[in-house]
Amino acid sequence: MTTPTTGRDESVRRADPGSRPAPAEGAPAHPALIDGWIIAAAVAVIAAYVRAIWFTPPEATQGLAQKIYYLHLPAALNAYLAFGVVFVTSIVYLWLRDDRADLVAEASAEVGLLFTTVVLTTGPIWGKPIWGTWWTWDARLTLTLFLWFIYAGYLVLRGAILEPALRARYSAVLGILGALLIPFIHMSVYLFRTLHPMPIVLKPSRPSLPPEMLHTLLFSFCAFVLVYLALVRARYRLSLERARLAELEASFEGGR
Amino acid sequence: MPETASRWSSLSAAAAGQYLQRMLADPLMAPRSTELAVVRAEGLVRAFGARRAVDGVSLALRGGECLALFGPNGAGKTTLLRLLAGLLAPSAGDCLVGGVSLRADGGRAARSRVGLISHASMLYAALSARENVEFSARMYGLRRPADAAMRALKAMRVADRADAPVRSLSRGLQQRVSIARAIVHEPLLLLCDEPYTGLDEVGSAALTEALAARRAHGAALLLVTHNLSEGLALATHAAIMRRGRFVRFEERAEVDGASYVSAYRELVTADA
Amino acid sequence: MPESSLASPISLDADAPALPGLMRASWLVARKDLAIEFRTRTAFFSALVFALLGLTIFYFAWDPTAVAAIDLAPGVLWVIFTFSGLLGLQRSFGVEQADRAMDALLAAPVEREAIYLGKAAANFLFVAGVQIVAIPAVALFYNVPLGRIWLSLGGIAVLAALGIVAVGTLFSAMAVNTRLAELLLPMLSLPFFVPVVMAAAQTTSRLLAGRPEAEAWPWLRILLGFDLVFVVACAIAFPYTLDE
Repeated sequence: MTTPTTGRDESVRRADPGSRPAPAEGAPAHPALIDGWIIAAAVAVIAAYVRAIWFTPPEATQGLAQKIYYLHLPAALNAYLAFGVVFVTSIVYLWLRDDRADLVAEASAEVGLLFTTVVLTTGPIWGKPIWGTWWTWDARLTLTLFLWFIYAGYLVLRGAILEPALRARYSAVLGILGALLIPFIHMSVYLFRTLHPMPIVLKPSRPSLPPEMLHTLLFSFCAFVLVYLALVRARYRLSLERARLAELEASFEGGR
Repeated sequence: MPETASRWSSLSAAAAGQYLQRMLADPLMAPRSTELAVVRAEGLVRAFGARRAVDGVSLALRGGECLALFGPNGAGKTTLLRLLAGLLAPSAGDCLVGGVSLRADGGRAARSRVGLISHASMLYAALSARENVEFSARMYGLRRPADAAMRALKAMRVADRADAPVRSLSRGLQQRVSIARAIVHEPLLLLCDEPYTGLDEVGSAALTEALAARRAHGAALLLVTHNLSEGLALATHAAIMRRGRFVRFEERAEVDGASYVSAYRELVTADA
Repeated sequence: MPESSLASPISLDADAPALPGLMRASWLVARKDLAIEFRTRTAFFSALVFALLGLTIFYFAWDPTAVAAIDLAPGVLWVIFTFSGLLGLQRSFGVEQADRAMDALLAAPVEREAIYLGKAAANFLFVAGVQIVAIPAVALFYNVPLGRIWLSLGGIAVLAALGIVAVGTLFSAMAVNTRLAELLLPMLSLPFFVPVVMAAAQTTSRLLAGRPEAEAWPWLRILLGFDLVFVVACAIAFPYTLDE
């Protein structure tokens, strides 16, 4: 465990059995849940929506429903970004056995699941008025569905293992194999779609975006990246706190 | 007595000569010292996260020696055994069995010289005793696995039930089969974790004989047990482990049984 | 005390043990697993019965006037293949957990990968065994002329079995150490089985419809690539699932 120790463990071990451990000198105060990052991210997202809803002209053919796109696409990109982070931190963990890498992977997976869910719910909401159906096995949407399955499997696996080292190792293996799977899903779905012409739906091709829309999209994307970073950071710090608590409890037990 | 001594010395000389020849023949077995330590561990550490289950253990045992290892629950005895068996990799330190390091070449050469007996039988319930021991013999690369398996089963007095599925045997008989499995490849180091559990008189006698036979062939034993009298009866050395370290390590001859027992009880209750 | 071995505590002659290499050790593990399975036969029989039951249920859930048999059968065949394969994979590492037999395997002087390869080989034979019964059963129940394409179908079955066994054996090793073993194995494995099932089913239906083999080739390429990548990746990943 590479969490910073403050000498608290030693003092606890020497304490007599009946007493509770007193906080050591210089221990960091409990970090607030809502910190600067989260506030900044919230502001950015609100700003992005204000801009998207009121200050960006609606798209010609699709109308107001198209505005969901500003939510949908950045969420999708961030979902894949989150998975990339899970993949990299999994490799780092197996290579260096640094527990922090595992905690970052866990945080990124949870946030990634959140974003993936957003994509999968906004997709149909966008699609229904435009394509006439709630769900199409659109290549990108299908790939995102599989990403959701992998995230869900990853988190259920983590939930099923109590021992931290085992959990970290297994999650890392799954993280790496899952990343190897994505290209195969992509190829399979792509091949499936090219050989199976779908019923004709009115699917407007991505229009070349006028600058205003492009700017809104970029702004929204940056806001979402900020949300991703803020949430991962908060989740990671929560994990650190929990780990420190577990360590304290263990050393308290050991000192009796 | 003198006869045994001379037999011992001639055995040791023969063992020494054969060791030397083996070392020269086998490139993996680079001699580290002229001492004939069967097992030598140096500064073994095994950490699980922040907790050090084994915290700097060093020991050296020669052929024929038996170390009885005592200690309270959670002292790290099982972890130490698993380290020496090659089931766990050490976080730091090294261990050599028959001159070969556990860390070299994936530890295979070292593991081939180690036998493990524990209270779990490590057998496949659906297979027969013979099949179980033969499987082990093959995995250790023995040339004539069927013969070796029968020899081991006979030594443990369980050869008459060799073809019955293991699940139909009583716990005591299963333990005997498990011991046969552990000794079939004639290991240099035999690690025993409470091996007498569940054995009846015949089984205990067979085990004691088998352990003595192994020691006569130049093997070293490491015996983990909670039964002090049993351990001290077999041992040439005795150690007490606590929180991952040896707090006492001495030759059996130097130890007075009664005072050892009370010292041990003190240590154990201090931890409770 | 046995007299015979007193004179030579360590033998140097031709009787000296030769540690089994990767292939030999894998073979030993596979043989052991198959012996256990053969002795009890319950898992194989259950998987077989499950496959046949599944085929039956699908039959009665099918409206023959809406979908032709030749369109339905490939999908049914490969979906049942997946789920009956999972039954076999479930018990793969369970046998090592009882009585801590896994410790003996890990203490043996064999490479860790041999344990994985041996078990994967045994699982492959298990799955192939179920398929040998299931494929003719599909031909029988759904009245589809699978016999026409039996050689290609055999080849697809081999590749598909290899794919699901490679991933399933690894996840079985992991799942057996968790609290939700029976739930976790399907949940983790099924996303990985999808490319295999897709490729197998699409190829089968094309071949059945008499389309030229060249059309099936892209799917086979995906299947081959999947097998290659995941057999290697899972064999490499296996030692990381062990506590070392």
